[in-house]
Amino acid sequence: MNKKNALTQPAPSASPRKTVPEPVAPKKVAARPVQQVTAVEMGARQREISVSEFFTKNRHLLGFDNPRKALLTCVKEAVDNALDACEEAGILPDVMVRLEVVPTGGTTPSPSQATRFRITVMDNGPGIVRQQIPRIFAKLLYGSKFHRLRMSRGQQGIGISAAGMYGQLTTGKPVKIISRTGPKAVAHFFEVQIDTKKNEPLVHENKQIEWNQPQGTQVTLEVEGKYQKGRASVDEWLEQTSIANPHVRLIYQTPEGETNEYPRTYHELPPAPREIKPHPYGIEFGMLLKMLQDTKSHSLSGFLSSDFCRVSPQLADEICKTAMVSPTMKPRDLKSHAAETLYQTIQNTKIMAPPTNCISPIGEKAILSGLYKQIKGEFYTAVSRPPAVYRGNPFIIEAGLAYGNRPENQTKPKQLAMPKAEGEGEDEDSELARVIRYANRVPLLYQQSACSMFKAVLSTSWKNYGVTQSRGALPGGPMVIFVHMASVWVPFTSESKEAIADYDEIQKEITLALRECGRRLGLFLRRRERAASEYRRRNIFELYIEEVVEACNRLKGGKLLKEKLKAQLRKIATSRTGGMKTDQALGKTGTGPEGLPHSIIVTSEGVEGEVELASQVEADAAATVPPVDADLLGDEKLSVGATKSRAKKAHLRADKTPQSKAAQMGLFAEKGSSGKKPIRTRTQPEKPNKPKRPANAAAPRRKK
Amino acid sequence: MTTKQIKTTAVENKLIGLADIVITAAERSKDPTIAIPIRALSNVAFNERKGLIEMGNKKQARSFFNVGMAKKFMQTVLVADALFELQRADLTTSLREIYYRTKHTIQDSHENTFDTQDESDPVIEDLEVSLGALREELHVRAENSGSIVGPVVFGDDGDRVDCARLGKGGYSVPSIVEPEYLEVRRCTADFLLLVEKGTQWNRLSEDKFWRRYNCVLLTGNGQPPRGVRRLARRLHEEYKLPVYVLVDNDPWGYYIYSVIKQGSINLAFESQRMAIPKAKFMGLSSADPERYGLPRNVGIKLNEKDIARAKELMNYQWFQKPAWQVEIKRMLTSGLKYELDALANKDFQYLTKKYLPRKLKEKDWLD
Repeated sequence: MNKKNALTQPAPSASPRKTVPEPVAPKKVAARPVQQVTAVEMGARQREISVSEFFTKNRHLLGFDNPRKALLTCVKEAVDNALDACEEAGILPDVMVRLEVVPTGGTTPSPSQATRFRITVMDNGPGIVRQQIPRIFAKLLYGSKFHRLRMSRGQQGIGISAAGMYGQLTTGKPVKIISRTGPKAVAHFFEVQIDTKKNEPLVHENKQIEWNQPQGTQVTLEVEGKYQKGRASVDEWLEQTSIANPHVRLIYQTPEGETNEYPRTYHELPPAPREIKPHPYGIEFGMLLKMLQDTKSHSLSGFLSSDFCRVSPQLADEICKTAMVSPTMKPRDLKSHAAETLYQTIQNTKIMAPPTNCISPIGEKAILSGLYKQIKGEFYTAVSRPPAVYRGNPFIIEAGLAYGNRPENQTKPKQLAMPKAEGEGEDEDSELARVIRYANRVPLLYQQSACSMFKAVLSTSWKNYGVTQSRGALPGGPMVIFVHMASVWVPFTSESKEAIADYDEIQKEITLALRECGRRLGLFLRRRERAASEYRRRNIFELYIEEVVEACNRLKGGKLLKEKLKAQLRKIATSRTGGMKTDQALGKTGTGPEGLPHSIIVTSEGVEGEVELASQVEADAAATVPPVDADLLGDEKLSVGATKSRAKKAHLRADKTPQSKAAQMGLFAEKGSSGKKPIRTRTQPEKPNKPKRPANAAAPRRKK
Repeated sequence: MTTKQIKTTAVENKLIGLADIVITAAERSKDPTIAIPIRALSNVAFNERKGLIEMGNKKQARSFFNVGMAKKFMQTVLVADALFELQRADLTTSLREIYYRTKHTIQDSHENTFDTQDESDPVIEDLEVSLGALREELHVRAENSGSIVGPVVFGDDGDRVDCARLGKGGYSVPSIVEPEYLEVRRCTADFLLLVEKGTQWNRLSEDKFWRRYNCVLLTGNGQPPRGVRRLARRLHEEYKLPVYVLVDNDPWGYYIYSVIKQGSINLAFESQRMAIPKAKFMGLSSADPERYGLPRNVGIKLNEKDIARAKELMNYQWFQKPAWQVEIKRMLTSGLKYELDALANKDFQYLTKKYLPRKLKEKDWLD
């Protein structure tokens, strides 16, 4: 402030002081007014701000803006940690989440009224060694993920400790941890708090206990929060997590005392992502300077080739030559100007794109299985794009789509066969699609409209694929659009990781993936339309024959042989609409998913496409898991071993979907034919090179 | 009254004929088909000798066993049934009532026979043309939306209606004005002025223009309904009244005039009894603004639709007279349209006191 005043000549408008013509020395200015403080005094007040203190004041930056969001953030951080740990250790995650209402003032309020919650998250992961427990849970910016370029849910090492600190701030309760590293090891129990000034853990309690879990970690937090279902709730987050992580078995005990289980439907761990070095295109100048200081290499060329990926020693030499710096000089000696030249040179040099094996996409099959498990639709598809690069960071975009009516909606029209008034039934399809977004398998629930994924969905012209869409709006219809970005570094628009920034490369990839999904959906819809129109043709005639005959009868003064006329007209109708062929055409909605790779179609008579995947999901949801080999591709043998069901699990997915779907189609059929079911024959010759569909693969199992 | 009775049975027979089409076709295993004359520009011709638009012979087949037409066919039969019921009960009804009468949900479905009145109205017109029966004969009336005032006396249901003694409100023209419904007992007027807009008709009526110039004032509130057109035609025919038309200066005004004069495309089959080939176009002409000194600022810019419609009119056979081509071209060149109401810019009574008197004096009208 002072300095500025000295430099700019007396600012006439701004300064309340007497305007002095000669330039004013900084000290004088500072000294003169009563309220001003000397540099010394100021200096006495200047001190380090601990990160913890900073975050107690700025907790919204980490997603603790309001009680409802805070509750979600705490659950999210704990679950993310659990999943990251399990996957890194190569263990298929079993995660239990429990939310309990904490009594306040002697009474236990209802979950919707409660203000305090106890969150418990337990996993079957590798556990944590005793010495590290306090620091992991009660020291901000401590962790294994920040210093490496590797795809993981967490990125900074703030999450769980921030959640702990939030709990500490709002309830004063410490974080309780139980961890066991293996069946032979002892379980340790810790109660830790964070010293917000020093950003150091304070251990309250530390003892060995008996624990019935052979291995894993359990974290218990007590926080102030608000539990409310619906959009952006804990429930929604867990549901979406289970869609993108079908390899996880998730048990969720709601504050209301219900237990929801999201079964594991994909029995393979995602391939472990590999760590990579930064790509030269992806760093900023400041970062380069820091790397120059920190490097262990003794020469500049060595630094370039060993601290970055895709820079060979030859390329390093070439870069140095172009930048006119000696390849052999010490990196530490490279001063600002030369460093800047080097930076520019690097940006202008053609360097191979970074390796992409560091990313582990969810995979089309896993997405399908996740969607199929959680969303009751008629059509599912999934697309994984090949890896691409933005600013030197490799990434993969995946998109998925579930289309069709959910069971609740499907059963409705059956009772709804009441007369419709004018204008009624026109706005029924006003439902808009839902977009679910993920970054590194973590659902993003907030700031949807700021996210480039959402924007890409809006800018895709879904009309081309037979879906309605108003200008600038989401497509209409019962549809869930799934978008996932996997990257070593996901460009969030803010620290609270809610929306993905608009990089052209990312936008383009998302759009391409969505288009592919849309194309497949369009194919499916057209095919279904074709089949249904045959259906309708027959049906309308049968419907209208009644009306026409009645009217004719009245015109003829009631002296008509109605039944005879009806029979005659029906005969004409049958001969005009292709007779039995129609029924056959209707028996099957087209011919299997040719041109529809990685898709599942659910029809009244079963599942088409990735049948095995679907039946796998069904089986997992309904019963004990039969041993299925991981290779789900094109294998026609099916493990139908839907043995005895565990009752608890069965009610979860239940058998709603297929039956009500059948009901819907049935409804269609019954309309005019008054109970006359079309005969379904499976005589159509099928294309030879298609994997044979096990007849009614999933249907019998669903009958439960 | 006896003639009416005979006619009705003829209509009844025509309606029953529809049922017969279905029955005979069914017996022969054929697709039941009704032939309906096409009501579109493609199927009308301008008869220059008579000065009428006449319907051609083109027909469309409406078959039952055709996905696109099945519902229409069903609806046609249903409407025929309802019309038959009217005949039997000797009642008249409105289009909307027909819609409600025939609307129901088809058994075992949630499909309605008709969803909106827009579906039933054209079916009634279809039946009118295909059966060759007039709407009145089918006992369907339109809404009363016309007024008449002037030295004319009607007999309506035995009541004597003297249109010179009905104040400024006048007599509301019924939708069916056939002699058996409405009798014209006396008419002493010299001419008939048909005004497009109710507001201008009110102005003339309030100013007792009809008394001063001994004329009949008639309005149809926009596009005149059948009743108004038919009444004008009757007065023209039976009492030899010259008919003058006063409309806005825009393409829609021109078209209203042409409908009165030659008949409409949609109801070409009615031209015979509706059209008044000798009707004259009094105004507002595109030449009037200049002639009567209307300032440019009371004009309204022609929009795209107006321009398109004007160009369409210029292509109609019955607008080929050079005077008309000039008239429309003049409007297009000026790029403006004028409402009758714009005359009020000069004076509230300008229409009554200056415009019409001068028009009549100068015999300034278009044919």
